Order: sequence, then structure tokens, then C-alpha cells
Amino acid sequence: MNLDALKVVLVDDDEDDRLLFKDAIEELDINTNLLLFSNGQEFMDYISLSGQPLPHLVFLDLNMPVKNGIQCLSEIRNTTNLKDVSVAIYSTSSSEKDIEQTFIKGANIYINKPNDFSKLKKAIREVLKLNWQYHTSNLNRDNFILSI
Amino acid sequence: MKLYLKYDINKIFRKILEEQLDKIGVHYKINRLGEVEFNNSLSSQTIKELTTLLSIYGIDIINDHKSEIVQRIKDAITEMINDSSIERQFKTSTYLSESLGYSYTYLSNIFSESTYTSIESFVILKRIDRAKSLILENRLTLTEVAYTLGYSSVAHLSGQFKKTTGLTPTSFQRIIKERNKELNTL
Repeated sequence: MNLDALKVVLVDDDEDDRLLFKDAIEELDINTNLLLFSNGQEFMDYISLSGQPLPHLVFLDLNMPVKNGIQCLSEIRNTTNLKDVSVAIYSTSSSEKDIEQTFIKGANIYINKPNDFSKLKKAIREVLKLNWQYHTSNLNRDNFILSI
Repeated sequence: MKLYLKYDINKIFRKILEEQLDKIGVHYKINRLGEVEFNNSLSSQTIKELTTLLSIYGIDIINDHKSEIVQRIKDAITEMINDSSIERQFKTSTYLSESLGYSYTYLSNIFSESTYTSIESFVILKRIDRAKSLILENRLTLTEVAYTLGYSSVAHLSGQFKKTTGLTPTSFQRIIKERNKELNTL
């Protein structure tokens, strides 16, 4: 069976982080299509153009200029045709309160940015695999929550 | 008298497809002619129903043997998780090979090749998915949930829950409650 490419988006204002993420995802044995944006506004502008293929999964950094991760998350959750998109928060904060808040606002996944490359790869791999299951199996998407 | 008709075969095909897909009541998108995409995966029962509906028009669903097997494995696992008597009676491997009629090794290879995951991990994922629903229904205590799903203890359930979701069952419950409150006030 040919596995379709997973459409993945990363929104992060830090260029180094974007490059690192790109390298990590390309080294995985999972077929992906990655799009990069440097803030929430750029992504929302792109996704609201009609006819854009919807991503399966969006990784959002929390602290960004112009439109931060939380604002972007709320907009995604308030847009009807984006409700099936999984949102992963990708942040350096490991505070329980921050994590809970993002879940309550509708995030599916919280990744505490790992500080080494192999851990980053492992985390992304786990997230992609699990997200794939939620897209292809009868699992309850409303209860999809993962914190790593 | 004769009437001469002009028709667009693509339009006819699309119309028929839409009518039949509407009958089975699922969300779909016709990508291009000959390809339909679904938001959620269809059960083998629904696929069978659709096959019958379309066959009247001479439209066949092109079956890919591997994806069909994978779908049947997933359906069988779902049934097993929902019916704890099956789980008490059989080992997963025996149950799957008996209900599908293939050796477990064969099934397990096809599954891993096609889904990025193993049958064992999928069973855990499915069981935790059920645990989540039971926890949110709030009718059973955690001990009862553990028993219903065949865990030897609450600790075992909590451990697997934490490993699969990164959260404890109680914080999961709190978060979803808060989230539903939040969404309802919007």
C-alpha cells in the first residue's frame, strides 16, 4: 500500500529552529510534505486562501511576533473547515500550567522542544505516527491529547 | 420521431457518485473522477454497502488487498476492545488469525508495512481510546474502567495511559472538562 504523504506545517519565528525541524523530519522514514511559516499571521493568510489543501498537522511555536501560537490556535479552532486539523504546540516552556492551557484551548499535542537533535527526531516521529492513526482509524479525535 | 441527446459522461458519473455517497451518510470529498476521500476511515460494513449501491451502475471499487486486510484487522480489534468477553477468552494473535483466516505473522507484517505501527501498539492505542471515553462518561470508577478493559490493576491502566497520552487519567479528565466548558461559551 502506498502511504500518502502527511501534510505538515511548522509555524516558528526562529530560523534555526525551523531548519533543525526540517532536517529532523526529512531524516524520518515517514513520507511528509513540510511547509514553513515564520508567524501565525502568515500561516492564517495562507490557509484562508481558498482551495489550499488542508494540512494534517500544524506545529505552532508559542512565542512569536505579530500573531502568537495561542492566538493562532484559537483562530484555527474557530474556523469550521480547519476543525479536523491536528494542532501540536511546540514550545520551550515545560510549565504544567502552560501545557494544560494549550490543551484547554484545543491543542491536541504539546511538545516540549527537546534540546538535542536525536530526541527531536524521536518526538516528531512519535507525533506523526500517532496523528496518522487518528487520520486513518476510527479513533475519537475529540479526545486526542498527547504531551511529550 | 427521434430525439437527439447530448450528455456529459463525467457529470453523470459525478452525480451518481454523490447520490450514492450521500445515502451512506458519511463526509466525503470527490477529488477527481475516480477518487473519493473520506475524513474518517470507513468500516468494512460501510464499504460493503457502498459496493452494492455502486454495482447497480456498473461502478466497482478498486480493492487493494493490503488495505482491505488492514481495515479488517482494525475492525476486529475494535470489536475485541468493545467486547471484553473476547479479550478474556483469546489471545489477540489467536483471535485475529482465527477471525481473519490468516496466520498472525502474515497479518502483523502487512499491518506494520502499511500503518507505521504494530498491531500490539494499535491495540494499546485503541484500548486507551476506549478508556478515555469511559473516563469521560464518568459512570465508572477508575478501578472499574481498568477491570472492564482487562487491566490487572489501576496502576497498570494509569501507567499505560500516561505512556500513551503523556497525562494521568485524572488530569486528562480535568482538561477535557475545562475544554468543553471553554468551547461551549464560545
